[in-house]
Amino acid sequence: MIRFDNVSKRYPGGQEALSQVSFQLAAGELAFLTGHSGAGKSTLLKLIMQMELPSSGQLFVNGQNLNKLSRRQLPYYRRAIGVVFQDHQLLFDRSVFDNVALPLAIAGYDPRDAARRVRAALDKVGLLHKEQQNPASLSTGEQQRVGIARAVVNKPALILADEPTGNLDPALSAEIMRLFEQFCGVGVAVLIASHDLSLISRLQHRMLVLDQGRLISGMDGT
Amino acid sequence: MARTPPPPRGGASRRQAPRPPPPPRPEPRRGGTSVPVGRKLGRFAQHQLAAVDSLLRLLSDPLGTLLAALVMGIALALPLCLALLLQNLQGLAQNVDAAGTLSLYLDAGLAPARQEALATSLRERDDVKDVTLITPAQALSDFERNSGFQNVLAGLDKNPLPPVLVLTPRSLDVDVLQNLQRHVATLNGVDLAESDLTWLQRLRALVNLANRLALLLAVMLCLGGLRVIGNTIRLAIESRRSEIVVVKLVGGTDAYVARPFLYCGFWYGASGGVVALLLSVLCLFVLSDPYARLLGSYGSDSVLHGFSLSSGFGVVAGAALLGWLGAKLSVLRHLRAIEPR
Repeated sequence: MIRFDNVSKRYPGGQEALSQVSFQLAAGELAFLTGHSGAGKSTLLKLIMQMELPSSGQLFVNGQNLNKLSRRQLPYYRRAIGVVFQDHQLLFDRSVFDNVALPLAIAGYDPRDAARRVRAALDKVGLLHKEQQNPASLSTGEQQRVGIARAVVNKPALILADEPTGNLDPALSAEIMRLFEQFCGVGVAVLIASHDLSLISRLQHRMLVLDQGRLISGMDGT
Repeated sequence: MARTPPPPRGGASRRQAPRPPPPPRPEPRRGGTSVPVGRKLGRFAQHQLAAVDSLLRLLSDPLGTLLAALVMGIALALPLCLALLLQNLQGLAQNVDAAGTLSLYLDAGLAPARQEALATSLRERDDVKDVTLITPAQALSDFERNSGFQNVLAGLDKNPLPPVLVLTPRSLDVDVLQNLQRHVATLNGVDLAESDLTWLQRLRALVNLANRLALLLAVMLCLGGLRVIGNTIRLAIESRRSEIVVVKLVGGTDAYVARPFLYCGFWYGASGGVVALLLSVLCLFVLSDPYARLLGSYGSDSVLHGFSLSSGFGVVAGAALLGWLGAKLSVLRHLRAIEPR
């Protein structure tokens, strides 16, 4: 699903955020991306989302070489990826339902058909009863779950999550992780950046460890 | 993604060309839900949704929308009113075509018998259709009646007006008329020969000049309107920045992101056009009475005409187009700069 071939990212000014990173992530696989702050976790996710472009190396997602992706193709590429943000990036000018419906509206789905999928996604994260509320009125954990519902509503082949449990207590964090495990069970590749080592070491999944931009462990799936 | 201070985009810039059409993406059947993938809307339905959505958004802030529409409307109303007035004047200038007459102001001291003799000799000319003599007394009473200066005139010890011969030529041809004018001006006892034609020519030249001015004014004010809409849209883009970032992250195309703003500009323009029409109708209402009185004093029963239904519709459509264009310019300048970092 994801393949990094000697990918490096150097910011202007010489700072090297990633250097010579290579790894693969298969469909249906869940992996954690971990490391200290500034180790390059966010940069790696941004490269997959094409919010940043690599300085060198090749990057394949879903069989597509991202170096050959034009600006015009970019939105269509992004539709196949569900992203969960640490600060959840919900829009407070609309209801929970409309937040989750956003990716479907963007893809141009008929609102009636979209509604069914939005409800299914909200049901999945246990928030169907709050669909008409404003996300601002929800707790942090609930907001994070709305973000997850939005990430999965378009049935993405790949889910990226950046510190999805960053602001949550251990019980809520475990609950969120269980959700992600369910998704990978149905064939979705999931890559979760997290530095919550105590939590992720308990979950028996592969760990990609970044240290100062270098991948020091987990590159071969062991 | 964690939002770190945005580093300048380094390395290779995204390729711009060539731009192959986006490949049709096979619908993934994975995911956490088992609801089938739905039908997609056609392009028209998507536009319809965006148009209605942006209209509702504008209506949810009636005061702000009204203010923007007013600014646009006033900018458009000025050239519109001017155009309306000119359209009426032009119609008038065409109508008075038939009234090409020569006014012969005679020497003030000319004896009444000589005046009559002059009139008779002129009537015998082939190129003259009719001659009317207006004696100083007649002229004075006419003037008193029409001008409203009775009191002032009563204070004069003698009638200052000369006798006048009003000469109606057979032909309305400008050259014939000018020849006739040159000839009669040399006649004994004639002080001054003035033709309505010069007045008409002046009026036409004036209307032409005013037309140009109105056009210039319209162009400048339209540019101003464009700027106003562009600025309003820029603020709207700024206030929805976080939404734009999220939309781009979940796969919104540039066109999708721009669409609500373009429709927003469209609605601003259209409402500005309606306001401009209402304002010009108001101007029409205020001006029609004095206009009719002014023209009445020239013996015309012409009234001020407004816009036809189709040209009114054209004004609104043009204003909407202008709004769309203003939004487009603003979107081109500001929307691309907002990228998720």
